[in-house]
Amino acid sequence: MDAAARVQMWIDERLNLQELLAPLREKTVPVHRHSQWYFLGGLTLFLFTIQLCSGVLLLLYYRPSANEAFESVQNITNHVQFGWLVRSVHSWSANLMVFCAFAHMFSVAFARAYRKPRELTWMTGMFLLFLVLGFGFSGYLLPWNTRAYFATKVGTEVPGQLPVVGHWIMVIMRGGEDVTGATLTRFFALHVTILPALAIGMVMTHLLLVQKFGTSVPASVESEWQANPRLRKEIKFFPNFFLRELMGWYVVLAFLIALAAFLPWELGTKADPFAPAPAGIKPEWYFLAQFQTLRMIPAKIFHIDGEVLGILGFGLGGALWLALPFIETLLGTRGARYVRVGAVLALTYLASMSVIGYMAK
Amino acid sequence: MVTRALPSECPLEESGTRQMPRRSALRFLVGTVLGSVASLLYPIVRYLIPPAEASLSASEALAGTINELKPNSGKTFRFGNRPGLLVRLVTGEYTAMSAVCTHLGCTVQYRPEASQIWCACHNGCYDLNGRNVSGPPPRALDPYDVHVRGEEIYVSRKQVA
Repeated sequence: MDAAARVQMWIDERLNLQELLAPLREKTVPVHRHSQWYFLGGLTLFLFTIQLCSGVLLLLYYRPSANEAFESVQNITNHVQFGWLVRSVHSWSANLMVFCAFAHMFSVAFARAYRKPRELTWMTGMFLLFLVLGFGFSGYLLPWNTRAYFATKVGTEVPGQLPVVGHWIMVIMRGGEDVTGATLTRFFALHVTILPALAIGMVMTHLLLVQKFGTSVPASVESEWQANPRLRKEIKFFPNFFLRELMGWYVVLAFLIALAAFLPWELGTKADPFAPAPAGIKPEWYFLAQFQTLRMIPAKIFHIDGEVLGILGFGLGGALWLALPFIETLLGTRGARYVRVGAVLALTYLASMSVIGYMAK
Repeated sequence: MVTRALPSECPLEESGTRQMPRRSALRFLVGTVLGSVASLLYPIVRYLIPPAEASLSASEALAGTINELKPNSGKTFRFGNRPGLLVRLVTGEYTAMSAVCTHLGCTVQYRPEASQIWCACHNGCYDLNGRNVSGPPPRALDPYDVHVRGEEIYVSRKQVA
């Protein structure tokens, strides 16, 4: 018996790992004409691990204070060996992760994979999307540049518009009445401790649920399979699907490094709290739809401030989307059709507002 | 042979001590746990609320000097812990107001080509009196009083008559 086998036996005798891994060995993934969408969740997870690793590296040189943050990022980019690459990978990978998370969400919505018994899988996935957006928002401020400063000013003013509790939420987010160094330390703590802890826990729960219920098959494919069971096709998760997923990761890794190397992430100018917002200022692409809505909404609608209505609208939309599986059930036999129309409308709205926001001067 | 009665066979009354009924014991325990959780959460919530800042809401600030601005131009200045906007009109007169957009708090700027005050964040426009004229801002900018003393231009909060 060689050394490796002996070590494995030693561990098995104590932990009985083989029994723990048995469900993973039996796991299968359905194969059909929509199978390619199954890779998006794993891809998001892969990009999340890249974020954890590159984030830890950035922590070694980053200094979270209004006087030093910008200079420390400048130091990472200009002086630390390969610092420009690590920072650029972190920024690009964040954007790709948000994109993959959204694509994964819409693919699940259109395939109606949230149907019973997977309601909780959908909800944990939505919580993960909210966490990802929280990562994006809090991380954006950390270089303390002009764009980040005004994005944070607007982004924290938005919940501040809510009736009654709004002002308190804003003060707690900002660590005071204004966006200052106190906001930076709060966002830093959120970005590097609270959000990662929540996200890792939520990823584990999400994966556990995925493992428990297995991979969902779209309703159209399922009915074809029931009519003709010979069409049913599955592959083993280990190693068949996993190796395919690994190839996907490899391609995305190459794409990510190419983006980071050829289009290094800009740092911009240091934030000046007393300078005007520069012309053409815009948030990251994944907040463009909300940004454009706030730009276009009239100052007053029925005597209510337009932005308050806009903000309540976003909140309501998010809550409805989170409750999608239950709404479909509530609507009865027509539920599926309504949900599909709703998903198309939501996607059209987000996409068109983002394009208008991107084109706007 | 002497057999001893098991504890469960002993009537409660005979044990001599007053025992708490199960329901009130449970209530007591739940109350204690909730109380201790609340007493732990309270300081944490208070900790999250930042301490009141030293009042930096100045009543007057130096906005600039008279040679600094050409007619039809503007600049931002520090008024307490918020930005203010000083504009020199085409006529050569000065006007000043808060530079915090009433929409979502960005810092506004003077646009000489349109003789307007403009917020770059969501395209809000104000006239030279600070009145919101187009775009999303719901209210006018807070107006300030301008005082020229020698070479220096001071700005103060508008005195309400």
